[in-house]
Amino acid sequence: MTATLRPPASACPACAAAPAAQALAEHETPREAHIVLSLPTIHCAACMSAVERALDKVPEVRSARVNLTLKRVSIEADPELTAADVIPVVQGAGYEAHELDNTALSATATDKAGRDLLMRLAVAGFAAMNVMLLSIAVWSGAEGPTRDLFHWISAAIVLPAVGFSAMPFFRNAWTALSARSLNMDVPISLAILLAVGTSLWETSLSGEHAYFDAAIALTFFLLTGRYLDHRTRSVARSAAEELAALEVPRAWRVTDEGETQVPVGELAVGDLVSVRPGGRMPVDGEIVSGTSELDRSLLTGETLPVFAEPGRSVSAGEVNLTGPLTIRASAVGRDTSLHRMADLVAVAESGRSRYTSLADRAAKLYAPGVHILSALAFVGWLIYAGDLRVALNIAAAVLIITCPCALGLAVPAVTTAASGRLFKRGLLIKDSTALERLAQVDTVVFDKTGTLTSGTPELTNLGDFTRRDLEIALALAQGSSHPLSQSLADAAREAGIKPEPLTDVTEIPGHGTTGIWRGQDVRLGRATWVGGGQTDRTAAWLRVGDGPAQAFLFTDRLREGAEEAVTALKAAGLKVILISGDTTPAVESLAKRLGITQWMAEALPQDKSTRIEMMSRDGAHVLMVGDGLNDTAALTAAHASISPASALDAARVASDIVLLGGSLAPIPEAVQTARKATRRIRENFTVATWYNIIAVPLAVAGLCSPLIAALAMSASSITVSLNALRLR
Amino acid sequence: MNILTYLIPISLVLGGAGLAFFVFTLRSNQYDDPEGDAQRILSGQYDDHPKQD
Repeated sequence: MTATLRPPASACPACAAAPAAQALAEHETPREAHIVLSLPTIHCAACMSAVERALDKVPEVRSARVNLTLKRVSIEADPELTAADVIPVVQGAGYEAHELDNTALSATATDKAGRDLLMRLAVAGFAAMNVMLLSIAVWSGAEGPTRDLFHWISAAIVLPAVGFSAMPFFRNAWTALSARSLNMDVPISLAILLAVGTSLWETSLSGEHAYFDAAIALTFFLLTGRYLDHRTRSVARSAAEELAALEVPRAWRVTDEGETQVPVGELAVGDLVSVRPGGRMPVDGEIVSGTSELDRSLLTGETLPVFAEPGRSVSAGEVNLTGPLTIRASAVGRDTSLHRMADLVAVAESGRSRYTSLADRAAKLYAPGVHILSALAFVGWLIYAGDLRVALNIAAAVLIITCPCALGLAVPAVTTAASGRLFKRGLLIKDSTALERLAQVDTVVFDKTGTLTSGTPELTNLGDFTRRDLEIALALAQGSSHPLSQSLADAAREAGIKPEPLTDVTEIPGHGTTGIWRGQDVRLGRATWVGGGQTDRTAAWLRVGDGPAQAFLFTDRLREGAEEAVTALKAAGLKVILISGDTTPAVESLAKRLGITQWMAEALPQDKSTRIEMMSRDGAHVLMVGDGLNDTAALTAAHASISPASALDAARVASDIVLLGGSLAPIPEAVQTARKATRRIRENFTVATWYNIIAVPLAVAGLCSPLIAALAMSASSITVSLNALRLR
Repeated sequence: MNILTYLIPISLVLGGAGLAFFVFTLRSNQYDDPEGDAQRILSGQYDDHPKQD
């Protein structure tokens, strides 16, 4: 439906790169086109070659290469080729394809940061390997000039390597210190600098202990943690970029010369905008001409389409169903109800802003503790032995031993393993503390329309009609794009019904479809137009000639996996609640169907978020699962939140986890994985603490040789990494 | 112990060569699609007529 509206050049609404790229394009005619398509369904070697072969057959394509990790294909082609030309080719090969634009620009930017880290990691690794070789000789008893020579060579390797590799830590530590605060990077930088400094001093005095190996190993392990962290985030970011790139930020403006497609940002108040059936309202406004029906489920949660006629006001985000509409914009951009709703989100106090991650809490205890401990060791030894050199050496040893190597690895290693696992199941973790918050959840609040139900109606009373009536109904319904008609036609065809021949079939937008059957007038449509009665359920009415009007009743189709998700969550001991903006009977029947005992209907957006805040105040940790604009405030207020990929952009932004597939079934597993991940993080902290408890007294007592320091550090880092990998 | 005068430079040169090679792999985009490359090497299909330009 939206395919016709999909813009040819840029689809990324907030992309700062788009105007720049456009300017560039005007500047010089490109000699080749670079097209990037997202291929969400590819997964194997055969898929890759199928897509590449299909594309290579197009004569204009110069080269096509699939990236399986990012699930994309990038195409170099002659400049006249556009994405619209190649998408059918890929679809013809049997794979879903969406255009991605200008995301390539931002993707290379994030890639640069990753490469930079990887380069530093490689240099640190190279230096660590060589210094370790030399250190082993020293540990096994090299003495005199040999030891000095080895120490000097180590220094020559370590000094430039640390200068290059540890730069990110120094920079972060400096930023923190200039803001008069402490972060993890301060003790790290201090340990590295002090270790290198005292070792240089020791070496110049031909001393026995030099910590060059410790300094570089520390840098290496910590960079590993940083790199893992960066990779997890960039995968999440590029997937989120992809979702954003699929939005449609264009509209058709009606002027005296005709209709032109313009970016939504260029629309002004008073402009006339044409919205085709299936299209979404780009602005708030009033209908000037045309009749149709509007699907407001994303805004309010109502499943019943509303009648639309000239004079009626519409809000951005509503979907036009049957007839073309022309609207006069009354509010554009930030003033639309869509954005006002987003402001409501900003007001709702966020559950996540109050949350401090486990790592931050550990760092808060840790950073001052380490500094105080090493300062005390320094002062103590200075008083006791009266020797600055000994005291400095011991202070450096304490800093190295306590350095948060394992801590720096503990969290990123676990989050990488857990989010990798969840990504494979179709869950995208957007926020770094989302897993920890998800693990604490004890109550799950579901939205109804679009979340537990797929938003497509399902016919319930096919058996109540005679074959003749069904044949007429099918003939009337099959030409319409209205969701009720389509569902009715599908159900009738499945039951083996053939359409009756009708004449003069016309669809009257906003009302229904009418035709002539054997000289009799037949109608299928809204109750008021057909002359039907009152019903509190979703219904389409059929009248044949002068006979009584009969109602086809519909219910919402359950989203795939909804039943399993609810059952599994209840079995896991979580409280499941349903809060919807839809009518009471609709919500009640769904709650009964899924076995949810607590439900609330006709909830306004504010009701949803206040309800969740009330529960939070009573000590509950709420997970909100919702998709609509009316859920965004609730999604923000909740302790953790999930939205399906089909949700509105605003809802996806407000939630910390996005379900990429159509099914809800991965949700219980996500909760379980999150709990497991948090347990692993805690275990890792415990392991790291035990290493410290054993090694720190040794260091303070001055018994810690560089060998013990190296062993303790490597052993704890490897233990926590292995423990994290158990999650996979 | 004179052997050290050869061995240490040799180990450094070998290590340096490894580092230089890694830098080369990084520069030539070999870490962009680890999953895809792992699958491609197992593929039995060959393109006998690659496009010329």
